[in-house]
Amino acid sequence: MALLRNVPFASILACMVISVISMVFRGRVAKVLSYLLSTVLLAASIALSWYFLQGNDAFVFTMGHFGDPWGNELRAGLLESVMASAMCLIVLAALAGGSYMIRSEIPDGKKNLFYIMADLMLAAVMALIYTNDLFTSYVFIEIATISAGGLTMSRQNGRALASSARYMIMNLVGSGLCLMGITILYGTTGHLLMGSLQSAVHSLFENGSYHLPLMASLILLTVGLSIKSGLFPFHEWLPDTYSYGVTAGSALLSSVISKGYIFLLIKLYTRVFGLDLVRDSHICILLFAFGTMGLIIGSLRATQATDIRRMVSYSSIAQIGYIYIALGLGTQEGVIAAVFHMLVHAFGKSMLFLSSGALIQASGGASDFISLRGSARRDIPAGVAFTVGAMSLTGVPLLGGFVSKIYIAQAAIARGGLYAVIVLLGLAASTFLNTLYFLRTVITIYRSDTDAEAAAHAGLVNSLFLCAMVILNFALGIASRPLYNALLSGLNMFI
Amino acid sequence: MSRKAENWDTSWQKRAADWLRDGTDALDRAMISEMTEAPAVAPEDVPGAADVFEKKVQEDHEKENAIYQTLHERTMTRGLHHARILYRVLSILVCVGIILSLLHAVMEMPVFGSPDSPVVNDVSRRYIEDGLKETGAVNIVAGMILDYRAFDTLGESTVLFIASCAVMILLRRDRNRSGELEKGSLPEDRDIIYEPHFDPILQKSAAFLTPVILLFGVYVVLNGHISPGGGFSGGAILGAALMLFRNAYGVKNTRRFFTSRTFTTVVFLALLFYAGAKSYVFYTGGNGLESGIPLGTPGAILSSGLILPLDVCVGAIVSCTMYTFFALFRRGEV
Repeated sequence: MALLRNVPFASILACMVISVISMVFRGRVAKVLSYLLSTVLLAASIALSWYFLQGNDAFVFTMGHFGDPWGNELRAGLLESVMASAMCLIVLAALAGGSYMIRSEIPDGKKNLFYIMADLMLAAVMALIYTNDLFTSYVFIEIATISAGGLTMSRQNGRALASSARYMIMNLVGSGLCLMGITILYGTTGHLLMGSLQSAVHSLFENGSYHLPLMASLILLTVGLSIKSGLFPFHEWLPDTYSYGVTAGSALLSSVISKGYIFLLIKLYTRVFGLDLVRDSHICILLFAFGTMGLIIGSLRATQATDIRRMVSYSSIAQIGYIYIALGLGTQEGVIAAVFHMLVHAFGKSMLFLSSGALIQASGGASDFISLRGSARRDIPAGVAFTVGAMSLTGVPLLGGFVSKIYIAQAAIARGGLYAVIVLLGLAASTFLNTLYFLRTVITIYRSDTDAEAAAHAGLVNSLFLCAMVILNFALGIASRPLYNALLSGLNMFI
Repeated sequence: MSRKAENWDTSWQKRAADWLRDGTDALDRAMISEMTEAPAVAPEDVPGAADVFEKKVQEDHEKENAIYQTLHERTMTRGLHHARILYRVLSILVCVGIILSLLHAVMEMPVFGSPDSPVVNDVSRRYIEDGLKETGAVNIVAGMILDYRAFDTLGESTVLFIASCAVMILLRRDRNRSGELEKGSLPEDRDIIYEPHFDPILQKSAAFLTPVILLFGVYVVLNGHISPGGGFSGGAILGAALMLFRNAYGVKNTRRFFTSRTFTTVVFLALLFYAGAKSYVFYTGGNGLESGIPLGTPGAILSSGLILPLDVCVGAIVSCTMYTFFALFRRGEV
């Protein structure tokens, strides 16, 4: 049992070691290593969640012989281990479910580099989830950024390169703002570890001294991380990056990396600044407003898209909007709803990206709606997976999206006032728009007036993994109560 | 069948139904109707129709060109101009606003060096007062980055590794099965062949400077725990020496001792050693065990536990990464 306390540290180190080993091998070995890595880490994270469900309390793991406030620390609780399990699962599903596309989209000599990027991305997300140290989180933000750029540009065509350049510029701005925020926080409190940072920040706030620098660092960190996760006014890099990169890479970017950043933001809000302080600082209102606008504008842009991957990308902006709305409520229920929606969006969106990739393959590589007509008849599992993903994100009962929308609405009603009105109206409008564009796509891919001969079939493994993800999405909706309770107790351990 | 309104073809219901069914906008619909209906007019069937058809096409072309012309003029002259000015003014305003507010926030921060600022706390006190005793490193900075906060430094080395992998994805030229460079990445396609080679002044100075710089780099790396310096700065010096040599003597001479295989081997071994050694320390530290690594006499070259070998690893990674960046940007190959 005590051995399970090593899981967080071992997960991060294992990702790094596997990525270094992958460098000396060819793509095939690197692929097997990546699959093995994510499977083993998935098992370990589930075991760790089980350890916490037995009633064990959250623990701190000292990286070396110097604890808080001198050395580096990791911290694990139920919330972290559940997130880590979900992320490993998605990485495994995205790599295996997108293996056909990886084979065709990436040149042979660079396949192992692609898997190195995927392994290190997993390392970065694991570190962002587990770390208890601000500077460690910055280092791994850097790794996450570079790996995302690498995943995008592995597809060596002009559009992928241009969009990854755009991605890097916008995301480096975000990283820079985060670094400035961390620097100001360190220069004001003299601490980097979240435990002592929390007490330092709170005592400074009670004294009323250095109010302005603390606020500045809160704003810088918030803006930096929301640029990096694609919140509305900073979202322009997102559609290009998600629609022109490698298919599996888009699934990883939208489902894993952006969630890592949002999780870090949640951690900062709950563990460093404290929700009360964040609520009083009015930055929440900003997040709430941007989230609402992102919700509407992302959905509107998605209805105008004529390309399936662009449509899915714009829908990502809307879904990120949901998460920030829930976060912007500034209450504990809001945070849990945000985490729940993160999981729902991660599972649903990766499935949408992978299945739309398979549909595109089945239509001879064209991604516009006219070529995609009847593609679900050419690749039946992909069609089913796309339909289920669309249903989940629209909010059909029995699926995760429905439950998370209910939780967001409940959290808003509990907050009361104008918040409840805006959230309910926003949910109604975006559900209408979601239905509009997803229904249209589903009707398009099931049209029967085209030939049913597939140009290229995505293969058995991909279809199997897509089916597994369909089951997972249903599980997320049906077994939502235990998961919600787990997140609740995880968040209580968290604070 | 349901009854259709008389103006069904132009009604909004028809448009909505079309959009839902086809997922197309007006332009797509026009293209589809042209593609599907144009052959129905089959110009060969009716005498004289060919001319009518062609004339129509020509008229359409002229109309289209006229629209493009006005649009182009408009955007190139007034529209673009106004948008550019607005964009610049707005960006300058936003930037100035952000700069001023950040400066204001920084002015409010604790004064640097003031004894009663909250930054003066246990953290820096222990680093400064107990650093030598606990890490064995005379250079406090080395003790901090390679012992107190070694996980961050492992992350930073990984940043270098992943950055070099990303540059390889972007710039490395791949050879196909028969060992030839793929098209579009031949040396002639790059401007490398227009650069001057084998400049005698450069060669003479490089012959004198390279060994000195290399030696100095090795000194900085090996003395990282005793004097200012360490893996990052020493590695940068070593990488600079490699670049100077490459510039002076060309790729053939450099390949005699540094190929992509060298890069892979060095980075592989250095990172694995770093991760392995530190895993041991993290494991023992996290589980409350003694690591049993001797710290030695402070000031001696063989002292301060793992800091010296880790400095060597970091130096190797930094120098190889720097040189590989340089080579990849120049030729697309190491």
